[in-house]
Amino acid sequence: MVISIASGKGGTGKTTVACGLASVTNNCVYIDCDVEEPNGHILLKPKITLEESSYKIIPKINNDLCNFCNKCTEVCEFNALLNFKTEIYLIDELCHSCGACTYFCPQKAITEVKKENGKIRIGETSNNILFYDAYLKVGEASAAPLIKKVKNAYKGDRPVIIDSPPGTSCSMLEAVKDSDFCVLVTESTPFGFNDLKLAINVLRQINIPYGIVINKYDENFSLLDEYIHDNQLNLLLRIPFRMDIAESYSKGELPTETVKDYKVMMLDLLEKIKKEIVKKEYA
Amino acid sequence: MPDKHYKQIVILSGKGGTGKTTVATALSEIAEAKVVIDTDVDAANMHLVFDYYINSEYDYYGGKKAEINPNKCSQCGMCELVCRFDAIKEFKVSRTSCEGCGFCFRVCPDDAISFYESKSGVYSACELEDQSKFYYAQLLAGEGNSGKLVSEIKKKAYEQVKENVKWIIIDGPPGIGCPVNASLSGVDFVVIVTEPTQSGLHDLKRLINLLEIFKIPSGVIINKYDINTDMSNSIEKFIRPEGISLLAKISFDKKFIKAIQNSKTIIEYDHAYIDTFKTIWNDIQKVILN
Ligand code: SF4
Ligand code: SF4
Ligand code: SF4
Ligand code: SF4
Repeated sequence: MVISIASGKGGTGKTTVACGLASVTNNCVYIDCDVEEPNGHILLKPKITLEESSYKIIPKINNDLCNFCNKCTEVCEFNALLNFKTEIYLIDELCHSCGACTYFCPQKAITEVKKENGKIRIGETSNNILFYDAYLKVGEASAAPLIKKVKNAYKGDRPVIIDSPPGTSCSMLEAVKDSDFCVLVTESTPFGFNDLKLAINVLRQINIPYGIVINKYDENFSLLDEYIHDNQLNLLLRIPFRMDIAESYSKGELPTETVKDYKVMMLDLLEKIKKEIVKKEYA
Repeated sequence: MPDKHYKQIVILSGKGGTGKTTVATALSEIAEAKVVIDTDVDAANMHLVFDYYINSEYDYYGGKKAEINPNKCSQCGMCELVCRFDAIKEFKVSRTSCEGCGFCFRVCPDDAISFYESKSGVYSACELEDQSKFYYAQLLAGEGNSGKLVSEIKKKAYEQVKENVKWIIIDGPPGIGCPVNASLSGVDFVVIVTEPTQSGLHDLKRLINLLEIFKIPSGVIINKYDINTDMSNSIEKFIRPEGISLLAKISFDKKFIKAIQNSKTIIEYDHAYIDTFKTIWNDIQKVILN
């Protein structure tokens, strides 16, 4: 069972929900795919047992073998290679590691080497959640490869909770891809509403069943409720805005441990998600 | 190179939900002789609170995609073998997985693959009520290359910038990745909007690391500082030795949400905030201009 937690807009409380859900899911694995701003560790407080570098593959040009024929610069769609006449220069931040230049070089002057693009950490929390997160190297352009790595780092069959990066771009797509169910966390504002619609678009495209959690729920903003109702979307949970939840978060504490009814909400949410996943399997 | 006649400010937050767009729209309203650009292309929001009309719309082509013509394909399997993005299965290209590297197109022995520019977003040049230019973009669902779109929308704004413009105010994307890098190019000053939470501080640190690489000066606004004054103090303590100025501390106020719910900027919604943001804007100008 793989459940991803996403939100079009940042700061909707996605991580709190993801960590809350992880804390009530027996024997689960939590993977923080928000590699630009991993925050799950703040709430879950895992003991990190392993930290290793993650690498991307980039070409390395042997200038002694190269005859500056320009084939590689032609095939590189990302303009990562420049011909300086006496040297082929790689702008490695632009390289997508596609391998085309290496394959097409007639002189066999290119080999592939590893370059660090981030760090992956593995740990365990006091209540036995297996924990993964990753840090994109500052200055590194593309997050998707590291997201894929940290996601695939766990290979067992325990239930997996994936904390997706915010937004609706390729990073979010990479994180939620292949999950059995996606929880979209939004909030009662036009910003949250607008970005929710965008996120739903992504999930529809890749055919992932989803449900909605409205965080900081405010009944005065009725547009969102109407939209959910009119489109028969699956509303899983409304979490009211409450000072005790906000305070707990700001101190880096998991609300399931400090706020009485939050744990009940999360248990209820988990049950609903499980039912949806079963429903889908029998459909 | 002659001095530009305008200064560029980008508003960033690292973490989402700190009130970045609220601050950006408020400062935009206060500033005069400005151009406003929303570079949060994943989830543009400024247009939801501004009154504007669209002057022109542009299609954005972020890259290419491959497509296999089944009539020409001899099913040799080369393309699937070379594609490093698992985008080809059973002689079909998945649009969402294709990175547009062109490797398959070049390797196909039967010329069965076409490789074409694909539309991945739109951006609009608009005019605000005071006739300032305003730009925003929208990436299509699940598309990548948002950094390039950020660069493109900025380029369009520079092309059309008038002589009398003094400020370019940019609402930046979240995170510290490629779109943020693109939003930072050419920028004179960064306003960081943070909040007094563990994750706010954590992301602030990563953002400041990034700004050190770009060598761009910055100042911090602590939004909702009173939801946790201890944490707020920690943030102040952290930035002081980094040589980053504290521009303002803003109290938690439900009106911020109410304003957004009513599709208004905070200063439109509650005029009491005009002075607050005027002061902040003046302080920012002081920091930048000296
Ligand atoms: S394709 Fe090979 S030989 Fe030609 S310029 Fe590139 S590295 Fe040199
Ligand atoms: S691996 Fe691909 S992206 Fe990287 S330099 Fe070579 S052709 Fe360009
Ligand atoms: S263009 Fe590149 S990423 Fe797209 S299908 Fe072909 S080989 Fe794969
Ligand atoms: S390389 Fe060309 S001919 Fe071979 S399977 Fe792919 S599309 Fe078909």
